[in-house]
Amino acid sequence: MGSVASFFGQLFGKEEKREEERRLRANDRHFNLSFHYVNNAIKTSKYNIFTFLPLNLFEQFRRLANAYFLFLMVLQLIPQVSSLSWFTTAVPLLLVLTMTAVKDASDDINRHKSDKQVNNRTVNVLIDGVLKKEKWMDVQVGDIIKLENNQFVTADLLLLSSSEPLNLVYVETAELDGETNLKVKQALTVTGELGDNIDALAGFHGEVHCEPPNNRLDKFKGVLTVNGQTNALDNDKVLLRGCTLRNTEWCFGLVIFGGPDTKLMQNSGKTVFKRTSIDHLMNVLVLCIFGFLASMCSILTIGNAIWETREGSVFTVFLPREPGVNAPLTSFLTFWSYVIVLNTVVPISLYVSVEIIRLGNSFYIDWDRKMYYPKSDTPAQARTTTLNEELGQIKYIFSDKTGTLTQNIMTFNKCSINGKAYGELFDFSGQRVEINEKTEKVDFSWNQLADPKFIFHDHSLVETIREGNLEAQAFFRLLALCHTVMPEEKKEGELYYQAQSPDEGALVTAARNFGFVFRSRTPETITAWEMGKQVTYELLAVLDFNNVRKRMSVIVRSPEGKLTLFCKGADTIIFERLHPSCNKLKEVTIRHLNEYAGDGLRTLALAYKDLDQSFMEEWKQRHHEASTAMEDREEKLDELYEEIEKDLMLLGATAVEDKLQDGVPQTIEQLAKADIKIWVLTGDKQETAENIGYSCNMLREEMKEIFIVSANTAEEVKEELQNARRKMCPESADEPSVIKSRAGLFWLKKTENVQDEKVDGKYALIINGHSLAFALENNLQLELLRTACMCQTVICCRVTPLQKAQVVQLVKKYKQAITLAIGDGANDVSMIKAAHIGVGISGQEGMQAVLSSDYSFAQFRYLQRLLLVHGRWSYLRMCKFLRYFFYKNFTFTFVHFWYAFFCGFSAQTVYDEWFITFYNLVYTALPVLGMSLFDQDVNDRWSFQYPQLYTPGQLNLYFSKKAFVRCMMHSCYSSLILFFIPWAAMQDTVRDDGKDIADYQSFALLAQTCLLVVVMLQLCLDTHYWTAVNQFFVWGSLAAYFAITFTINSNGMFLIFTFIFPFIGTARNSLNQPNVWLTIFLTSLLCILPVVAFRFILIQLRPTANDKLKELQQVP
Amino acid sequence: MVKEVKELVNRPDNTAYTQQRLPAWQPMLSAGIVIPGFVSIGLVFIGIGVALFVTSQSIQVLEIDYTGVEQSSPCFKCSDQTGKKCDCVMNFDIDSLFKGPVFFYYGLSNYFQNQRKYSVSIDYNQLTGDLDYFTNPDDACFPFQNDRNKPIVPCGAIANSMFNDTFQLFQLVNGQKKEVPLDGKGIAWWTDYNTKYRNPSVTPLRNAFNGTVKPPSWPQAAYELDTEDTSNNGFINQDFLVWMRTAALPDFRKLYRRITEGDYASGLPAGNYSLEIVYNYPVLSFDGRKKVVFSNVSWMGGKNEFLGIAYLVIGSLCVLMSIVMLIVYAKFKFPEED
Repeated sequence: MGSVASFFGQLFGKEEKREEERRLRANDRHFNLSFHYVNNAIKTSKYNIFTFLPLNLFEQFRRLANAYFLFLMVLQLIPQVSSLSWFTTAVPLLLVLTMTAVKDASDDINRHKSDKQVNNRTVNVLIDGVLKKEKWMDVQVGDIIKLENNQFVTADLLLLSSSEPLNLVYVETAELDGETNLKVKQALTVTGELGDNIDALAGFHGEVHCEPPNNRLDKFKGVLTVNGQTNALDNDKVLLRGCTLRNTEWCFGLVIFGGPDTKLMQNSGKTVFKRTSIDHLMNVLVLCIFGFLASMCSILTIGNAIWETREGSVFTVFLPREPGVNAPLTSFLTFWSYVIVLNTVVPISLYVSVEIIRLGNSFYIDWDRKMYYPKSDTPAQARTTTLNEELGQIKYIFSDKTGTLTQNIMTFNKCSINGKAYGELFDFSGQRVEINEKTEKVDFSWNQLADPKFIFHDHSLVETIREGNLEAQAFFRLLALCHTVMPEEKKEGELYYQAQSPDEGALVTAARNFGFVFRSRTPETITAWEMGKQVTYELLAVLDFNNVRKRMSVIVRSPEGKLTLFCKGADTIIFERLHPSCNKLKEVTIRHLNEYAGDGLRTLALAYKDLDQSFMEEWKQRHHEASTAMEDREEKLDELYEEIEKDLMLLGATAVEDKLQDGVPQTIEQLAKADIKIWVLTGDKQETAENIGYSCNMLREEMKEIFIVSANTAEEVKEELQNARRKMCPESADEPSVIKSRAGLFWLKKTENVQDEKVDGKYALIINGHSLAFALENNLQLELLRTACMCQTVICCRVTPLQKAQVVQLVKKYKQAITLAIGDGANDVSMIKAAHIGVGISGQEGMQAVLSSDYSFAQFRYLQRLLLVHGRWSYLRMCKFLRYFFYKNFTFTFVHFWYAFFCGFSAQTVYDEWFITFYNLVYTALPVLGMSLFDQDVNDRWSFQYPQLYTPGQLNLYFSKKAFVRCMMHSCYSSLILFFIPWAAMQDTVRDDGKDIADYQSFALLAQTCLLVVVMLQLCLDTHYWTAVNQFFVWGSLAAYFAITFTINSNGMFLIFTFIFPFIGTARNSLNQPNVWLTIFLTSLLCILPVVAFRFILIQLRPTANDKLKELQQVP
Repeated sequence: MVKEVKELVNRPDNTAYTQQRLPAWQPMLSAGIVIPGFVSIGLVFIGIGVALFVTSQSIQVLEIDYTGVEQSSPCFKCSDQTGKKCDCVMNFDIDSLFKGPVFFYYGLSNYFQNQRKYSVSIDYNQLTGDLDYFTNPDDACFPFQNDRNKPIVPCGAIANSMFNDTFQLFQLVNGQKKEVPLDGKGIAWWTDYNTKYRNPSVTPLRNAFNGTVKPPSWPQAAYELDTEDTSNNGFINQDFLVWMRTAALPDFRKLYRRITEGDYASGLPAGNYSLEIVYNYPVLSFDGRKKVVFSNVSWMGGKNEFLGIAYLVIGSLCVLMSIVMLIVYAKFKFPEED
């Protein structure tokens, strides 16, 4: 009943006051209840037994098509208007409603089940000083609960104490954000002291003030007051529902948010619904059809008015008017009668069929073995089943680099330590030696803790370290200390690292093999084995990494008491903060860095700084203040970090290799041939990006020029962009040619389309993040877009996640083209959500990208199959379906229109009412579905071989308003034939025994048989790929038609249901006449032959790539 | 084997269906099929067309309009619509033998039996002899549902408007009138006569009609339609059945009688004939026309030249089209090596 209550609540504007701050006290249910916080029960289901029918029906009738058919049904119940029996609309409508309702109901039953299962899980709750097993749903805000290892976290908890030293707990957040590496949480010392002492915990009355419920997973702000002392609370002290406790025996937590208030639940169910351009077009068309229907009815109404005055008024001998009914009123009623008769122009089954086709085509993606990656056992997945045909229309691809084009498996490859480069091999003459699998590897057997999988080829580095080179040792010490990796050592000596980013993992592993083994960490210490000796450093502060800072630092105290800050980060950032004494070293290092970047390696610069004891103490104090501040906490911390991270001493730089994934260059080449533009948006350095560009075939030697935009002011950016444009196309106008138009429902949406400009030759554009920021501002947007769109390849480097989304939105807004974004990491989520279609690569960097994507798979190279095969086929099938579907319904309906001129515009139908009922539902449903699920113009091999087949989709060639009008003209022709051939053939004719055959019922049977044969033949003509299923559907439907017709025309049916089947005997009496069959034959060929001839001549005169290939495919 | 399956649990099935590799036939609109196809279809059409046309030509039809619009028409005197019973005689000649069996139709023009309001004005339940509906005709029959509070049987506009002119045909042999026997049996559909329309199982039939009235336009009640053959009464009266099978188009003809007996079994010999008409049915008020039609039939039914001509024309067009396509193909055929 809850949903009904809330529904009416909303209806009457009774909105609950929004919570502004949450206050709660531990172990004080009475106090907490006064705030009416919700308990921990969750409810994701929408209906219960009583609300299901009304709510579900209400929801369904909010759809325009359903509402329209309800309206029709109401019309049909008015006897003066009703021109068709109620069942002609009721049966299809009921079927559609039932199908949807059954689906909704089964979904909801599943939700009920999972709700029930989750709500009935038990957990230990501390009540009145005793631990009791309680169901999850009975847990209240302010309760203290005990969790054990591998248990799910019950609600959002404030961590109080744990079994592990220093009150640590380990959690896995896979269910929450998809990441599988362990994360650490730590309780406050104040609460940690409570331990598992039940009495102490029961006596704990700390009070929490914190933010109201929200959906930010990575932030939490609050204060805990214990005995008058306040303690800052942040995300580290909170366990979120959806996490699982790992490697921790037990822990106690205080419930802060329960059930629907938890961050997990706040994050669910708010997905934006993406719609395809065909959906929008369909809505517009349906609206046009309504208009068209109205005008047809108006014409017929006028016809009726004329007939009524001229004929009807004198025909009253045999058909007297009902009292009070005059000609105008009759005409008015006729309008509505014709609305009913001609209702089939608005196809009720259209939306249902479209959904079925999309679902079917999505399954093909899920099932495709060629998009299945055996190494990680991941099949491709269509997470959204409503966007398939748009995959065949992609014009722009925005791709991330790391993990998308590359494997994101990092290997420590080279380094530069104190101005000396390591990692390269040279022969005696000083020539660089190509490193391959046979090259001798460095032997790390002297180091018991080394990772056997680590491979390095340069022996000199090991020697340098073992000689005791201080810089080299400091270099690897930094790598062993400055990171956020979690070690796992299940057996002595068997170390595993849990790293959030693969770069860090690679660097820490390198340090491990070179004798600086990171062994374990606590929040206050880091233990490492340095060249076989155990050293424990005191960890004073961790200065986190983020996208803006692009660096991370740690401050440690060595056992000797020396204070050091170790910092690693992006080279540009580090170089800005170096001590002037390092200038010389800096130059050498920069040279090395450029070489590395030129090889496509990912680089980081390393630096350190010795700290003064007194300064450190004072800084530490301010750090504590800043980190407990409730306001502007981050800004204050940033300032402090900035202050200490300066005058650094450079140690060197690392270069990590990230190998390209298999088949990336080929894929990019294929997509380029399909006229898809690929923009790479990466956070990497310009040189790295450039190099990757070359190695994956996006930048090629044959390109005329590669423009690089890296300016520091808006003016410079503008100038560079303009120069590039003029070079590519000297005659291009200063002002872009923008076509403004209106689109969408009621033409309310304004669209702007920047025209493509013609360019000779191929160019590329590389723009860095700094310039991109200027270029994305309003006044330069179009400039950027014009220049970028003239280039074959665009690479944006050093971009932030927000900029990625902005670039996508820019193209989306001004190009009216379909965009696709592909990425693998959390930083790609905004771009994936912004694009028409988001593709997630399930790789190394967690699951966020996949979770917010529409399609996901494991390797970039599957993209070409997704687009060139699945996308193309889906688009083709959907367009064929729509064209055919409109054709068959219009043809069906127009025949009524022509008949109106011969039946006094009286809204008499041409066909039997049962035929009208079954036409869309039974007789033609399956064949068209068969075509839209199985049709292929050319097979997948050819689709790959000829990527240019993809272009019709981008140009919207197969289904557009124009195509729709063509459909209508075709229908118009067919319906003229379908009416007038039988009309002429049946004029004054009789059966071969002289009896009647020009009667209404025989004529109806003849007309409907002709119609069905014609639409079947048309379908056969449209189907290019005839599987056994198609054959079965076509022949089966025709057989079903005759079987059903003979059945409802049989004596038996008439005797049982006298009034319902008045067509008794018609099939028998007319289908045994040769002239009836000759008429059917003539009609169908007259409808089909011109189409065949037209298509044949079109293929000869203007063959498409498609036609040529089909011809080729015939010759094996 | 088991181990491998375990490792690749998510691997999709390798079936022709899931991998979209179902074996299929891929027909093409290639010149080798389309052009010969058009030629052969054209030839078949021409063949059918010739057959149809010749057959249609062999069918003899004689139409006589007796509405009496023109003053010269013998029935002009009856066309004043006074409602009185009126007789008129139409004379006509037949030059050569009118081959039998000859079918005798009456035809009506500008008569909208397919008007929706008209065509739904019927009660099928009543016409299957269900006595409940005798006392309580369906609302659809309005305004011919009740007459002065008495139910009309058979009710509805279709039944009420039943054609009620009657005809007698005489051959004038040496100034003597020789009646041509007209056969009124078996002129309706078998299913109509045997299943769709039933009389109530009450004997005598008239008792079933107690408490009901005849349709207002009818001269006599349903059980008195045929005064000679008592079994041909009620709802299974052949003329009634023919009328109740409503026409699809506003110009239609309905079978009245067959000429199959006696001297006329092999047809109407050449000579002078006289058709005596009892003129009851008013059509002039809505500018309708009445006619009688004599016709014989062939395997393709009655005379209809359209079908034959259409087949001929379309067959020729197909052949013509195939020539056009051949020219286009020869001239524009795209080079295969593209």
